[in-house]
Amino acid sequence: MSETILDIRGLSKTYKGGLTALDGVDLQIRKGEIFALLGPNGAGKTTLIGAVCGLLRPSGGTIEAFGLDTQRQWRKVRQRIGLVPQELSFDMFAQVEHSVNYSRGMFGCAPDPKRIEQVLRSLSLWDKRDAKIRELSGGMKRRVMIAKALSHDPELLFLDEPTAGVDVELRRDMWRQIGALRDAGTTIILTTHYIEEAQEMADRVGVINKGKILLVDDKDAIMAKLGRSEARITLTEPLPEIPSALDKWHLTLEDENRTLVYAGAEGEGKRAAAELVKAVVAAGIGFEGIVTKESSLEDIFVDLVEGREGLAA
Amino acid sequence: MNLNLRGAWSILTNELFRFFRTVFGSILSPVLTTSLYIVVFGAAIGSRMDPSQFGGASYGAFIVPGLIMLTLLSESTSNASFGIYMPRFTGAIYELLSAPVGVAETLIGFVGAAAMKSLIIASIILITARLFVDYSIAHPLYAAGYVVLVAAAFSLFGFILGIWADGFEKLSIIPMLILTPLTFLGGTFYSVKMLAEPWRTIAQFNPVFYLINGLRWCFTGHSDVPIGLSLACTLGFVALCIAVIAYIFRTGWRLRG
Repeated sequence: MSETILDIRGLSKTYKGGLTALDGVDLQIRKGEIFALLGPNGAGKTTLIGAVCGLLRPSGGTIEAFGLDTQRQWRKVRQRIGLVPQELSFDMFAQVEHSVNYSRGMFGCAPDPKRIEQVLRSLSLWDKRDAKIRELSGGMKRRVMIAKALSHDPELLFLDEPTAGVDVELRRDMWRQIGALRDAGTTIILTTHYIEEAQEMADRVGVINKGKILLVDDKDAIMAKLGRSEARITLTEPLPEIPSALDKWHLTLEDENRTLVYAGAEGEGKRAAAELVKAVVAAGIGFEGIVTKESSLEDIFVDLVEGREGLAA
Repeated sequence: MNLNLRGAWSILTNELFRFFRTVFGSILSPVLTTSLYIVVFGAAIGSRMDPSQFGGASYGAFIVPGLIMLTLLSESTSNASFGIYMPRFTGAIYELLSAPVGVAETLIGFVGAAAMKSLIIASIILITARLFVDYSIAHPLYAAGYVVLVAAAFSLFGFILGIWADGFEKLSIIPMLILTPLTFLGGTFYSVKMLAEPWRTIAQFNPVFYLINGLRWCFTGHSDVPIGLSLACTLGFVALCIAVIAYIFRTGWRLRG
């Protein structure tokens, strides 16, 4: 899992109007992983994908995929990359199978009806192969986009907001399909607004805002480093003041001194809350209930994009 | 440079597939319009015209090359411009830009398909014209080569138009306001020798005049200008279009952000 499949160094993109969409982005993607790129609207996610896939010309920096320069050896690189853009963009009057075959041919692959059947079946589109794309539901159209991107068996697949606008059930179905692709050896980079999606699927997570990468790390490591646990201990009797034995947790009292609140700190997860409970027992403080809440990737993401860029260092 | 010929073939066949999907409208409309020209001008009015003014050919036979040229110019331009504009409009252009296809494959695919479509329509019109007009082709091989060259030239022009256009209005404005008038004023229905000065001289500044006369020479063996000049004009136009397209791909103008 440690071989680098995509190596981006100092990538920048400034549009004609002066907008800087990417500002010195460094990013390395490992072979075989699912990498989730998170960021608010306009953060630079789609621009980053566009720069790698050849949809736009970077203003500076280098991009290497499979050890090849994407500018100079673009033919070889593009043959091995698949892209599912955010928008549903195709000839709506074309039939599903024709459209997928067209994509395969454009990437220089010989016709392979069996492979196309396999792709369509894996995305539950085989029964709709003769249907015009315009006749399909939104979710199926999105699957056609994925089928087109998979038609030439890419080693590196970009999914730009793959589940945008699809219902919860279909979203979970897509997660399963994306997981299956990873299991088959495809490296996947996805951008998403749904933090739950990243939390569910990604091996590593990157957060981008205003064209800068704020953080890249293993998902679990991020949760451990930046996650926090909050605990609310309901006491049997009001406590006049917090005993000094509990000072190190920086507790507060609420609800007329009947609730002891531990707000947690970065990197202090369940274990810190458990130690607190032990300390409360040891201090002889009676309690009748404990509610704990762990911060999600979403909380961490919100914290990061709301101005804690310093954490990137 | 290793060409992605499968990619080019894929684009070409996809474009032709799109054409045959709407074959009724694509073919019927230009064939009907041109047939009406031949019937009204060629058969009805033409019978009253003096053949000596048209190099001895009947008026009907005289206008056939002009009408073929009118079809080639308008169909090549609109097919190619629409072919590349639609993926830009729908966003499906992402696939072309992210695929291992370069300028050569793109031109083979889009321009090749547009030229083939217009040649199919021109052939049908030529066959249809035979029902109304007794014409002959004096130089059939030259005629075949010349129509292919003109179809390619205006498909290249249409491709540029499709890249330049940022709306459907712009897509139709050049064919409607420039190409059609130039074709009508370029001698489709008359010989410039019939014009009085200064119109005779002004007509020679019309590039389409040379195209029409080139094809007319292939059909009748007579022309208002030497065939070499017509051929040079067409080849010059092809070279200019290729240079513009090469610039577009090198800079990514209106294609890559």
